[in-house]
Parts: sequence; structure tokens; C-alpha cells
Amino acid sequence: MSEFNTPPPRGMAPTDQRDGMGLIRRARAFVVPAALVLFWESVARAGWVSPQMLPSPGELLGTLASLVDNGTLLAHAGSSSLRVLIGFIIGTGLAVAIGGAVGLSRRTEALLDPSLQALRAIPALAWVPLLLMWLGTDEAPKLALIALGAFFPVYLEFVAGIRNVDRKLVEIGGIHGLTGCRLVCRVFLPAALPQLFAGLRMSLSLSWMFLVAAELTGTTRGLGRLLAEGREGSHADLVIVAIVTLAVLGKTSDSLLRWLASRLLDWRDVVDTRPL
Amino acid sequence: MSHDLLEVTVVAKEFQKLLIIKDVRFGIDAGEVVSMVGPSGCGKSSLLRIIAGLDRNYSGAVQLSGRRPHLPSRDIGLIFREPRLLPWLTVAENVALELGRKARHDSRVTQLLAEVGLSDFATAYPKQLSSGMAQRAAIARSLFHQPTLLLLDEPFSGVDATTRRQLQDLLLSLTGHRRTTVLLVTQDTNEAVYLSDRVIVLAPRPGRISGQAFVDARRPRDRRNPELAKCEAEVLTLLIDGTSNFFDLSYDLARAPRRWQAARLSSFNFAI
Repeated sequence: MSEFNTPPPRGMAPTDQRDGMGLIRRARAFVVPAALVLFWESVARAGWVSPQMLPSPGELLGTLASLVDNGTLLAHAGSSSLRVLIGFIIGTGLAVAIGGAVGLSRRTEALLDPSLQALRAIPALAWVPLLLMWLGTDEAPKLALIALGAFFPVYLEFVAGIRNVDRKLVEIGGIHGLTGCRLVCRVFLPAALPQLFAGLRMSLSLSWMFLVAAELTGTTRGLGRLLAEGREGSHADLVIVAIVTLAVLGKTSDSLLRWLASRLLDWRDVVDTRPL
Repeated sequence: MSHDLLEVTVVAKEFQKLLIIKDVRFGIDAGEVVSMVGPSGCGKSSLLRIIAGLDRNYSGAVQLSGRRPHLPSRDIGLIFREPRLLPWLTVAENVALELGRKARHDSRVTQLLAEVGLSDFATAYPKQLSSGMAQRAAIARSLFHQPTLLLLDEPFSGVDATTRRQLQDLLLSLTGHRRTTVLLVTQDTNEAVYLSDRVIVLAPRPGRISGQAFVDARRPRDRRNPELAKCEAEVLTLLIDGTSNFFDLSYDLARAPRRWQAARLSSFNFAI
């Protein structure tokens, strides 16, 4: 019985080899941005566009340095991130709770799903005037808008994930005496986890999107404020710095979520090789 | 004929208005190893699900030690064609589903994993197992509660010939010294004869018993024992007779539903 002699494999390939591959792959991600920046810098130096419209990367670095120096960028980025975090947690938390109830119980589904589907048809930004009227112009309407945007992807994916659970595995749970909470925790939730994470990632990117929309409606702090300032004073450099900061924050938060997913979903048997 | 452990009477079982089992009655004694063989569509798997208590939509009665089995039952262990391990749980957690994370340190789990040769894989995930190893884990899981009756639905059809033999011998040794009663559904007459004390042969459409063969060869058995070959020939004869008799019954073909006509043609091919 030679199949027992080998210890369980920990990964597909030896670690050192994998790390080498990873470095090359990561380096590849920078090829396109680097080329773009080079092109941009040369266009700006050649004087083809006015510095007012499109400042060169060099000038942007100067703006960035001064904004970092006086602490404004950090303050703006900090309050924006906090808003996204709170709005995202409220929205996705509600989505997990309601989605779980709808996915696990036909009765709750019949009660809630039609109404939620109808609400989903409303573009989230259409709520802005009402939110402003109801909740004032402070933090509340901004958080509500972000939560609203974050709600539906998680809701839809989580409900679908629970419904797609393999009937045969549920049967195994039943045969072995798992009922109620234990059946949900050991069979339904883990089975729905991959789709839940797909929904979370979508919700997160929507949260950043609605953050900007919310902050453009008027705020004293946040990257949306920086964008508005840039537009009002025709400072393209401020706008671009804000955009780049949003990109970095969005990417970082998404990477965190992906890392968490890979930790929680390492039981999955997925293909890691692609044909091209 | 009275049997002390299991009494099965299925008068009728319909699936989508088609009669798939008709008047099947048999019993099993404690400690017996019994196989059910038959062509596909003879209701073997349905019968097994009825006995396990997974299907209650039939007319008849099943009695295990004088009581109707209901799920979850610690008296019944189940093994399916696929290992059906939960991919997000480790092997140990799969073996003792209700224990959760404590499973890893449970002495019964450790003991069972040693018996099926998976001691080194207690903390591995199912994706790290070969199909044979996954089925070993499923066997360990089915035995966790020390069931009196073990039901298997074509358990070794998904593995290669060598692994299948290993798994067959593993099953015999595990159930042998526990004195577990075994009811196995299989398409493989060779497997049925090698493992069993008795082989029940089913005929298709509607599923019914066309006969049974007793395997008298002493255990432990040698696969080359001529007694086994003789018995397998007997089982094959029963299988072919059951199927061709069905053809001879000559229903009014023109009146039979279309899918039955197709079914009858295919069983005719089988008989030839």
C-alpha cells in the first residue's frame, strides 16, 4: 500500500520554486503602468498638452509630497477609509443576515425576496436626495449610501451560494445527525463561502464608488473633498492625486479581502494553472 | 422465512408515476453479508435508500431489529458511490461530523483512521486524497457509530481495479471483526460473489427479485476459489434469465409508454 508512504502534500510545487514564479508574475503587473507613466512624462515634457490640463508625473509627485507633508492627504484618506469601512460593514452585515434567512428558509424568501428584488431595481444614487432630506448632510447619509451600495452584491451571492449547496452533502449532514444550527454552520455556510466572498469583493468596490458619490454631495473631509477642490480651482494635479489615492486604497482593501478568502477557502480544489 | 435483523417488504415504489419496484421481500440475518445485483434501472439504489430511511415515499415496511429505521440512525452506516466528504472539513472532522474540531483528538477517530490506513491524513483536506483514500475515509465515517447494519451503494465503482480489491478486503476485515451486517448494492457480479454469503438478483422494470444464490466458500476466501466462479456463473444465469424473462412476458408493446419501449429494447440487447 504505497499510497500511504508519502506525507500529505502541502502545496502544488516546492515553495522556493513557487516564490520565484510569484516574483516574475508580480513584476509583470508593473509593466503596463510603468510604460504609461513614461509615455505620460514624455508627452508632458514635449509640451503637447497644457500643464493645467495634464500635469507631468514629476509635478504630481511634488503635489503629492506637499499634501503628505502637511498631513492633508492622510486626513482625507483616513476619513474616506473609515466611511467605507463602516458603510461596508453595515451593508454587508445586513446582507449576510437577511441573505442567510432568505437562503435557508422558503418562508422568509417568499416574504422578503420579492421586495428586495424590487428595491434592487432602483439605482442606488437615486436615493441621494431622500437620504439628504431624511438624514441631514452629516455622516449618516454618506454611510447609508455606501451601505446601500454594498448590500445587494453580498445579498444576491450569499442567497445563491446557499441555494447551490450540493444536496448530497446536505444528506450526509442529515444522516450524521446534524440539524438546525450545526447543519447550517458545518454544511451550508462553508459551502456558500466562496460565493459570499465573490459578493464581498464586488460590494467593496461598490463601496468605494458610492463613497465618492456621497462625498461629492458635500463634505469637509475625505478624498471626495479633494476632488471637488481640484475641480473648483482647476487643479488637475489635486484631482489626479485623489484618484490615484482612491486606486491604491481600493486595491489594498481588495487585496486584504482576497488574502482573507484564500486563508478561509484553502480547502477548495481549484485549478491553479491556466492555458495561457 | 424469518430473519432476525432486517425485514424488507416493498410492495410498490413509484418514481415519476413509473413503477420502479414491485413486490420485493427479503430479510437479512445478523452478521450476514448480502449483495444485491441487477442491471441498471432495477431499483437497487432506490431499495437501499428505502432501507436507510432516506426515502419514505413507498408502500411497504422495513424493520430493523423490529423497528422502523429513521434518520439519523446510529444503527445504520451508509456508503455511497462517491465518498461525499465535506471538502471544507479535514479527514478527521469528516469521520466524526458531529464532533467538529474535537474530532482530531478523539480516540475513536484515531483508531478508525489507523484501521483504514489514513493515520497520516487526519488533518488533510479531501482534495489531498486519491479517490481510493477518500472512499476509505467514507468507510471510516460510516463505521464511527458502530452500526449494526452497513449499507453500501456501488461503493467501489469509482476506483481502479487494484484499489477496488484492496477496498473489498478492507471492508471484509473491518466488518468481519465487528460482526457488522452488510448489505451491498453492486453491478459487479465478481465483487458480489467474493464479498457475500448470499447474492440477491434483481430484474428490471419494475424491479423485483428474480432469484438468489448462496455462496458457501469458506472465509477468508481465495479469489481463485473455483467455488466462487461457479457461484458467479449461477448469478449471471439468474441475471440473464430475469432480464430475458421480462422480454418474454410480452407486454403489449404498442400500448406501453415510449420510454418503456426503449427500455425493453435495451434489456433485450443485454440478454443477447
